[in-house]
Amino acid sequence: MSRHFTKDHEWIDVSEDVGTVGITDYAQSQLGDITFVELPEVGSTVGKSDSVSVVDSVKAASDVYTPVSGEVVAVNDALADEPEKVNTDAEGEGWLFRVSLSDPGELDSLMDEAAYTTYIAGL
Amino acid sequence: MSAPNPSGWQPTMGDADYADEGFVTASGDRGLLLEEALSFEIGSAEKCGVDLIEPEHEPADALAPFLRKHAPDLPGLTEPEAVRHYSRLSRLNYGIDLGPFPLGSCTMKHNPRLNEKVARLPGFADVHPLQPTATVRGALEAMQELAHWLIELTGMAGVALSPKAGAHGELCGLLCIKAAHDDAGEMRDVILVPESAHGTNPATAAFAGYKVESIPATADGRVDLAALKEKLGPHVAGVMITNPNTCGLFERDMKAISDAVHAVGGYVYCDGANFNAIVGKVRPGDLGVDAMHINLHKTFSTPHGGGGPGSGPVVLSEALCPYGPLPFTERTDDGLVHLVEEDNADEFGHTKAFGRMTAFHGQMGMFTRALTYMLSHGADGLKQVAEDAVLNANYVLRQCEDLLEAPFGKAGPCMHEALFSDTNLPEGYSTLDIAKGLIDEGFHPMTVYFPLVVKGAMLVEPTETESRIGLDRFIASLRHVATRALNGDESLHAAPVLAPRRRLDETLAARKPVLVWKGEDSG
Repeated sequence: MSRHFTKDHEWIDVSEDVGTVGITDYAQSQLGDITFVELPEVGSTVGKSDSVSVVDSVKAASDVYTPVSGEVVAVNDALADEPEKVNTDAEGEGWLFRVSLSDPGELDSLMDEAAYTTYIAGL
Repeated sequence: MSAPNPSGWQPTMGDADYADEGFVTASGDRGLLLEEALSFEIGSAEKCGVDLIEPEHEPADALAPFLRKHAPDLPGLTEPEAVRHYSRLSRLNYGIDLGPFPLGSCTMKHNPRLNEKVARLPGFADVHPLQPTATVRGALEAMQELAHWLIELTGMAGVALSPKAGAHGELCGLLCIKAAHDDAGEMRDVILVPESAHGTNPATAAFAGYKVESIPATADGRVDLAALKEKLGPHVAGVMITNPNTCGLFERDMKAISDAVHAVGGYVYCDGANFNAIVGKVRPGDLGVDAMHINLHKTFSTPHGGGGPGSGPVVLSEALCPYGPLPFTERTDDGLVHLVEEDNADEFGHTKAFGRMTAFHGQMGMFTRALTYMLSHGADGLKQVAEDAVLNANYVLRQCEDLLEAPFGKAGPCMHEALFSDTNLPEGYSTLDIAKGLIDEGFHPMTVYFPLVVKGAMLVEPTETESRIGLDRFIASLRHVATRALNGDESLHAAPVLAPRRRLDETLAARKPVLVWKGEDSG
């Protein structure tokens, strides 16, 4: 399993061409308390960098962009009742949706953990 | 500062925490600062505040399925209880008639009382939209006059008066753009929107069926012209630009943006929410704008927020005018003003209207107020409105930038809004603390955490309404609260402590909102 990051602060874990996507711990810390998560529809086809989900916090509503193209195969329904999971465990239980990758080559354009850490340090 | 009383004596409200005085009141009131319960807690479902006549007949059988099984859970209040309830609640409220309302991007200005007087004239207030037009010539004349001045002030070709607020106006503008492309047989599916746009812009574009692509901002807070040009193409229906933008800055490249968009066959929508900063000084038509809504409830001083309905007329360029919605007013050679609707649109050569935005002609009460504001100010007065709004914002910016980070302050003057950020505050202190501290100071906070492109944004729009003395009072309070944060004053985290309610749990309110009162039985 490998984890990749986007400049828009999403992370993606890929295992057997299915990617699990969430927002980074840095992103949740910037957004503040998350109050609502709007998730994509299972079965919908998404293109890399499409806005597919929205995370509402007390400060703002923020779009979440999918790091890869493919089909949405699962969403984290638990967030409907407990959006705070995105705050407490953004890069674990607070995952948002799973995408079955149509082009695994797209992962090459993303950052690894070291590159992302350097990136946010410069913000 | 002026001293209202030469002796220096000032009334004081006493200490904040009256429990420290050794007693609390049984009522929860503090002198004349009144506590207030819910209407359900004051009244009860068993009581009734009115004496209804017993029905003479049993209800018709046909209505039987619709009869209530149970009495509704309404609070039974006597008339004085109901009147007092709302009067007491109103004393817990804060409004523009009580003090400055520096909400950036909202233009909360004073609502002149002359507007109210004119709006209440029977010829305007007591007419019905379905009355024969021959009996409402005066009202139509006023609409035509308002339309004339909106066109004049914006340098455009026509105006649709009917949209009911800003976002409604945005939709009207985009539907005009869509109708124009459809008429030309073109399929265009993308609207470009800058990152710093009002949230309603991308929402409107999506609602109108377009895909939204965002344009990044430059380091000095403006639209990145080069990035915009890269995104242009035959698939772009148009662009939505706010000018002055939400960072309180004038888009210097506006004409170049318009030219580039027109060159690829797209249209330019301008969000006119910030028109107050340039009214009388800049005509959007000269900048190449094709459609722009004007918030009468902002620039032209009609009531705003909870105070009254919005009104968002849309001015249109020559190219988009043929597609503007019905109805609208037009004067014929005999001097009469007509309402152009579906049954007479042909006579007026308006055959391509995309439809209607509203059932009737729009917000008459707001038209009369806005027209009164325009005519009472005159051309020179409206120009001064823009100048004073900008001057006041720059005064706030320069008076506070030594304490609060001003992201674009060094680049030059701002327009009508002063933008600060919390990046220079110590660890653990944020924009939220400044906003809550201002409540203790007796001010409505500024707009916070918007625009999103600035971290911990604080957007202050004083408007031209505030006097120098009023601004100095606000600035003194903002500086005091900022200083408390800079000094690490822990007590600021508890603010507000002097308001009717303490710091509310906004997270809980958003996650688990309680929107409906439930009685003990129905709970």
